[in-house]
Amino acid sequence: MKWWHRLWRRKQMEQQLDRELRFHLDQHAADLVERGLPPGEARRQARIGLGGPEQVKEQCRDARGTRWLEDFLQDFRYALRTLRHKPGFAAVALSTLALGIGATTVMFTVVNGVLLKPLPYPDPSRLVAVHGKTETWNVALYGEQNLAYPDFLDCQRDSRSLALAGLLYDSGTLSEPGEAEHVDELGASSNLFSVLGEPLFLGRAFLPEEDRPGGAPVAILGYSLWQQRFGGNPAAIGASLVLDGKRYTVVGVTRAGLRLDDEDAVVYTPIGQNPAPYLQRRGPHPITAIARLRPGATFIQAQEELALIGRHLAQQYPETNKDRGFAAKPLRPDVGDVRSTLWLLLGAVSLVLLIACANVASLLLARAISRERELAMRAALGAARSRLIRQCLTESAVLGLLGGAVGVSLAAIGLRPFIFFWPGSLPRAEEVQVDWRVLLFALAASLASGLLFGLAPALRAPAQQLEQTLRAGARTVAGTSRRLHSVFVVAEIALAVVLLVAAGTLGRALLRLSSLQPGLNVRNVLVTRMALSPATLANPGQIRAAWKDVLERARSVPGVQSATMVDTVPMREGNNQLGYWTTADVPPENKQPITLATTVTPDYLKVMGIPLLKGRFLNDYDRMGNELAVVIDDVLAQHAFGRQEAVGKRLWVPDMGPQPVRVVGVVGHVRHWGLAGDDQAQVRDQLYYPFSQVPDSDLRRWSELMSIAVRTGIDPLSVVESLRRSVRGATNDQVIYEVRTMQQLASASLARQRFLLMLFGIFSSLALLLACIGIYGVLAYVTSQRVPEIGLRMALGAGSRDVLRMVLSQSLRMIFVGVGVGLGIAFAAARILEKLVAGVRSTDPSTFAIMIAVLVAAGLFASYLPARRASRIDPMSALRQE
Amino acid sequence: MTSKSDLPQGTLDLLILKVIGLGPVHGYAIAQRLQQVSRDVVQVPQGSLYPALHRLENRGLLAADWQETETGREAKFYRLTRKGRAQLETEAASWQRLTQAVGLILGMAEGGVE
Repeated sequence: MKWWHRLWRRKQMEQQLDRELRFHLDQHAADLVERGLPPGEARRQARIGLGGPEQVKEQCRDARGTRWLEDFLQDFRYALRTLRHKPGFAAVALSTLALGIGATTVMFTVVNGVLLKPLPYPDPSRLVAVHGKTETWNVALYGEQNLAYPDFLDCQRDSRSLALAGLLYDSGTLSEPGEAEHVDELGASSNLFSVLGEPLFLGRAFLPEEDRPGGAPVAILGYSLWQQRFGGNPAAIGASLVLDGKRYTVVGVTRAGLRLDDEDAVVYTPIGQNPAPYLQRRGPHPITAIARLRPGATFIQAQEELALIGRHLAQQYPETNKDRGFAAKPLRPDVGDVRSTLWLLLGAVSLVLLIACANVASLLLARAISRERELAMRAALGAARSRLIRQCLTESAVLGLLGGAVGVSLAAIGLRPFIFFWPGSLPRAEEVQVDWRVLLFALAASLASGLLFGLAPALRAPAQQLEQTLRAGARTVAGTSRRLHSVFVVAEIALAVVLLVAAGTLGRALLRLSSLQPGLNVRNVLVTRMALSPATLANPGQIRAAWKDVLERARSVPGVQSATMVDTVPMREGNNQLGYWTTADVPPENKQPITLATTVTPDYLKVMGIPLLKGRFLNDYDRMGNELAVVIDDVLAQHAFGRQEAVGKRLWVPDMGPQPVRVVGVVGHVRHWGLAGDDQAQVRDQLYYPFSQVPDSDLRRWSELMSIAVRTGIDPLSVVESLRRSVRGATNDQVIYEVRTMQQLASASLARQRFLLMLFGIFSSLALLLACIGIYGVLAYVTSQRVPEIGLRMALGAGSRDVLRMVLSQSLRMIFVGVGVGLGIAFAAARILEKLVAGVRSTDPSTFAIMIAVLVAAGLFASYLPARRASRIDPMSALRQE
Repeated sequence: MTSKSDLPQGTLDLLILKVIGLGPVHGYAIAQRLQQVSRDVVQVPQGSLYPALHRLENRGLLAADWQETETGREAKFYRLTRKGRAQLETEAASWQRLTQAVGLILGMAEGGVE
């Protein structure tokens, strides 16, 4: 019989035990009667022989090996009963815990979904990313290096341990079926879906012969694009679409939720048939390579093989591949800078949970003291101390688990709103779900909390001086318990200080950052990406004419005052970084200072409202054939030329050609990296160069990156529709997309700070509230236990003010010790914030002072009520209570 | 009655296994037999007999079922499992070795005086 079996049949076991012992007694008595004893005496002798039947039964039960579980169940039932009998206590303790565990669970669910969950493909641990590797590449600045398409093809062909698939992130104008619209385009190698292990939802993947120059033009639709454009109709397979003027036949649809891009409204096309010149050379590196380890191959083998292929290519193509190698890394989801924010929030929310635990602990302690007599009585009746401790811990574990259950339900409800409020879009948001990991975490958090808040009260289970406890009654508070109470309050206050100071620091930072000047006039500016008609992209003359036409049409839209082209917009994602030098003797790439470079047209300064400091801005004189002109900001001017006059100087910018460029003017610095991020940004120099001097060979590529910006006299969002219509062009397929106002961009650049402040504000208010409840509860309890003492003091002549002062000073002592302990931790926490959140400064004494004042005031308020109650004690009735 | 000695620790299990090894038997009979066979030298505390039986059953050394006795009453009869028999053999052997060794040592002490 297995132990659970025995547990299940407990009742039957008990009956059998009883029968067995009765049989023994009867038999023994019968034997004794046979030897001549009278029946009564025989029974007595038999019973003496066996010993107390109850003790024997107890020992037999112990021998069964299910004792611990039976005890646990007993304790469990007892715990539920006591909770039911004290609904007030249960409600306060449970809601405190549920809040703490619920908030922590929400944060963990997000951390789990975004950071911990593996990629949503089969056998994700066998997936690797293949990067390019060169000495001069700054990974911290630019991220990992991609591969050149010919290099990718060589790796794909030569690798035995890896099945390599390539991806090319691109975009294009989808003009048929439906309205022309800009969509993301993903160039894919034919094996992409088989490498990922992703079967298609409909249709088939690309065939190898389609992934070659001249292959049949086929496309695969992302699920949501299929829904939008084809209404989810399976007849889409075999239908055609027009992307960038080229007609493709749809052969497949991916499953819903497959995300290789931010969105799944994408069109997949075979890379191999893309004729773009930059895919034919080994110089540019546009291919993102994903690979799966072949069966039996190891990661190390793959690394070595890639290194070998790299050396071969370096020998074969020294011009482009000298010093270039390849490296594999485990494929991880790209979550950007969300990581630090998430861990920060999980840390903050754990502090709230700790405070909640301290609160419940002090509640439990008060209850444990009032139950001291009960426990002492049980100890006197023979209960072992360990047994009593176990019982107390079971009770707190039950409390923790119930709180956890409520907390998980709260978390399940609160999760979606939380993600909704996340600034921008949370990467992998679709992965954020309550799963077994989350439940396990919540279970562990609940049990750990139960242990944390239950241990101190449980260890008070009586061991010695039973009779004293029994005689003393429940009213005296032993010195140790008062000290323990104070410890809880001190801990709560210390933790609250940490959260309050963190919130205060963030608040100060946000105030400071919001008052910063972005360096341009963000009012009434609209920026939008723009794609020319695919037909015009064939020839440079047409491209220049088309852009000129677009700007003229934009200017003529009612409400628009001026219009400009621009490639990288301040405070929007995307930038172009170029190395430069002030003499012809240009050092190697990784030694050059770096500047942001922006392509603009002459009206840019007017549209953005950037001040011209010296010289002139770019104008119509700066065109092909004339000297290359650039305008720099005061930061670059300072870096490159110090106090010297910058206007008229020359700069050597290798990426703009071998000849130097002429600085014709200096303008004000713009906070390109956002209001918060710009001060700490690594690259702050700024340089503007005219679109009219972009060489013909680059025009097509540049045109794909262009945006237009307009300054309006009215609300900028009100001109969007007329702007959209007016730039459509003759073929009706020129589109604007990603429309934003500069004000939106500026505000979004502080979104992270604002969001963190909001959450820290909520957490610290919770902490403050819990700490106040804690102070109130402890003082109310301690003073009520001191009623006779206070009565005596008053009978001896103490006034009610003296009593008030006595209680308040007791609470002030706890508060100040708590603040003292908390300050040290708070300082460290503020340093962490400074490191992780752009624009935060940790050493700000006024923040500390204000937050501590708030805390002390709240603490005193919470202690005032019990103090006043104590001061109104009627000495006579108080003494009579004794 | 001669002076009774308490059982050395751990021997109760061995004795119980031995008695049950002779054939299925109920608790009271085990107590009786232990007392008779040891000629009342060994004091078997009846109170600890049952916990020991339950413990051995729990460890899978004994199995039990309800059978009728000669007097027609239902009693819980214990018998050895295969595991119990093996245990009995190893424990009995080690007991033999131990007592022999102790006997040798005691004998040697006397010889040393001669």
